[in-house]
Amino acid sequence: MNNAQRSALSFTVMAALLMVVGFSQSWPLMLTILNLCLISAVMALGVNIQWGYAGLFNVGTMGFAALGGVAAVLVSKAPVPEAWAAGGSNLFVGALLFAITVAATVIAYRRTPKGPLKVLALSGIIIIGIIATRYFFDPAIADIEAVNPAVTGYLGGLGLPILFSWAAGGLFAAGAAWIIGKITLGLRSDYLAIATLGISEIIIALLKNEDWLTRGVKNVAGLSRPVPYEVDLQKSDWFIGWTEWLNSSALEGVAVSDRTDLLSNLVIQHSGVFVKLGYAGLFTVVLVVVLSMSVMALNSPWGRMMRAIRDNEVSAAAMGKDVTGRRLRVFIIGSAVVGIAGAMLTTLDGQLTPGSYNPLRFTFLIWVMVIVGGSGNNLGSVLGGFLIWFIWIEAEPVGVWLINFATGWMDDISPLRLHLLDSAQHMRLFMMGLVLLLVMRFNPGGILPEVTKARVQ
Amino acid sequence: MLTYGSQLALGALGITLIYGILRFANFAHGDLMAFGTMVTVLMTWWLQSIDVGLAPLPTALLALPVAIAITIVMALLIDKSVFKFYRKKRSAPALFVIASIGVMFVLNGIVRFIIGPNDQRFSDGERFIIKARAFKQMTGLNEGLAIKVSQGLTISIAFLLVVALFWFLQRTRTGKAMRAYSDNEDLALLSGIDPERVVMVTWIITATLATIAGTLYGLDKSFKPFTYFQLLLPLFAAAIVGGIGNPLGAILGGYVVAFSEVSITYAYKKFLKYLVPENWEPDGLVQFLSTDYKFAVSFIILVLVLLIRPTGILRGRVI
Repeated sequence: MNNAQRSALSFTVMAALLMVVGFSQSWPLMLTILNLCLISAVMALGVNIQWGYAGLFNVGTMGFAALGGVAAVLVSKAPVPEAWAAGGSNLFVGALLFAITVAATVIAYRRTPKGPLKVLALSGIIIIGIIATRYFFDPAIADIEAVNPAVTGYLGGLGLPILFSWAAGGLFAAGAAWIIGKITLGLRSDYLAIATLGISEIIIALLKNEDWLTRGVKNVAGLSRPVPYEVDLQKSDWFIGWTEWLNSSALEGVAVSDRTDLLSNLVIQHSGVFVKLGYAGLFTVVLVVVLSMSVMALNSPWGRMMRAIRDNEVSAAAMGKDVTGRRLRVFIIGSAVVGIAGAMLTTLDGQLTPGSYNPLRFTFLIWVMVIVGGSGNNLGSVLGGFLIWFIWIEAEPVGVWLINFATGWMDDISPLRLHLLDSAQHMRLFMMGLVLLLVMRFNPGGILPEVTKARVQ
Repeated sequence: MLTYGSQLALGALGITLIYGILRFANFAHGDLMAFGTMVTVLMTWWLQSIDVGLAPLPTALLALPVAIAITIVMALLIDKSVFKFYRKKRSAPALFVIASIGVMFVLNGIVRFIIGPNDQRFSDGERFIIKARAFKQMTGLNEGLAIKVSQGLTISIAFLLVVALFWFLQRTRTGKAMRAYSDNEDLALLSGIDPERVVMVTWIITATLATIAGTLYGLDKSFKPFTYFQLLLPLFAAAIVGGIGNPLGAILGGYVVAFSEVSITYAYKKFLKYLVPENWEPDGLVQFLSTDYKFAVSFIILVLVLLIRPTGILRGRVI
């Protein structure tokens, strides 16, 4: 079986799995899973760019996804003028002082000669800078958070359509990746992993605590949508007419009195499906764009160079490649893709809940997707994103079903059975680990392994 | 603070040993701790239900040996089924790390499956060695000082364990073999050291340390699987700051990380009250950073050490 066949077969199986859910559970559920599959696939592509192309061990995916979420808030929410009036000027001065501090630190770090004087100068600059910055920041933050804290209490955003936030999410993540990469990319793979893990925790801690920016654990709900609302659809004539036309055969033989009820029911159902399909359409566009760009990049000379650096750093450097610089670039690109996916996710949820970011779900699960799908193979990552998300969601109902089956002989109220049913949702962690370990052991390349061209004679 | 430092030190010792001998960063360590603690919790509940206990001390101490044994079996099982394969193939460290992520998921799943994701309290017996009020009466000072039993226990157990571990590493044949293997694998093999035995002993020690550290942490605070997973970061920070692969460094690192976490997120209000005149007293809590930035602290130390002295404070392995 060659590679194309293998890919086609895998994706057919995946589609069939989704169809099974559609028929046996429900179509709206299947669309919900599909939407998250699409987002996961984009995220997995981002990680694949870093790990599969360049061998960068970044386990900070969660942080970049969260930054994408912040972008969704900052772009789409309406600004809060009272908050700007209350704390804007102080905030501006604080930010300026902070920038000056950073610049002074960097200059001092580069210019002063080594020795105790340097340490003294650096710590002096940093301490004075922090005190000066906080002198302006603290009242600004207090003022901003005091503005109607139950509803706003933050600066708000730009009030632009939320679709822009997807690009902004990518930019945010790219900017963060630039700073992080500058600091950590010199480290060996294990250290890079630990460092990025730490940074992602810090980003989440920032989101949870900096109420003036993201309302912290109070969450930002009610983000605007790129697709119409169900309620509006249910009121619009064209949608009702369309539903009527779609179901004309079912509506035909029904008595006039029941007909209105049936139609309004159908309209409610269809509006939900229509909205989900709208999201799915948008996500598919992003996925296709990112995927085709990734494929082109991987097959270009740039992609060959990245793989060369990954496989043998020393010889790539000997060929005159700027290893650290290239790594920084690929780190930024991959993180940007993850940031886009993070913004998409927050858009789909319609709210930013910093408390819900969990490294198991947002970092390590994405890693499982990449490894199981096939690292270094873009289609593989997409497949991994679909498949793993599917298992992640479906492990619970299947687990419940299995336990019901296995403990069917027990009493309905037997404590063991109840406990097992209660814990079935945690089976998915176990399943994920098992899938990862089994694939690594028996099929190290993943489901769709990396394609390496045969050597030209 | 000293307590937290001791718990971190014990955990970081496990990470550093695995790093020194097996040469990878074990992401599953936090969950190994959670697993060990879970067994302790279950055993404790069982002992409590049949009314067996150590009166003033927490029952968990009685449950600990069994828990250690079970965790050791688990660790060895994991090694045999997962890591041995990659060791034989001499895979890249990154592969080991990814495998350990898989193990992390599995252990996490098992723990949540058996005991659930919620907070569990299992400490019993006396809560305090010295109560705050008793201390005030004893010394006549007007601020209380309380020492919890769990704190006293942690510090003494950690001290004993560390002494035992160093005696083992420095004086016994197996300990010397382990150090030799860590220093130079090939040379150790040439001198007839059995690598599988060294690895096995390492896992046994690691599992023991992880269970004890986890139980002590759980006694001091409470047991919640996710918290243990989050301990991973301060643990790594401690191991690296001290110099990874160097046991002494792990202990030092544990205290450094704990000390800086606490001193940076500590509310200095009360402290300042005594230093400055009364009307100077500040309004806020006078924290450098809010408590939620704990992780940030361990991480910043980590980055600083990596940038300034990549080998850690005490010379560890250069990576």
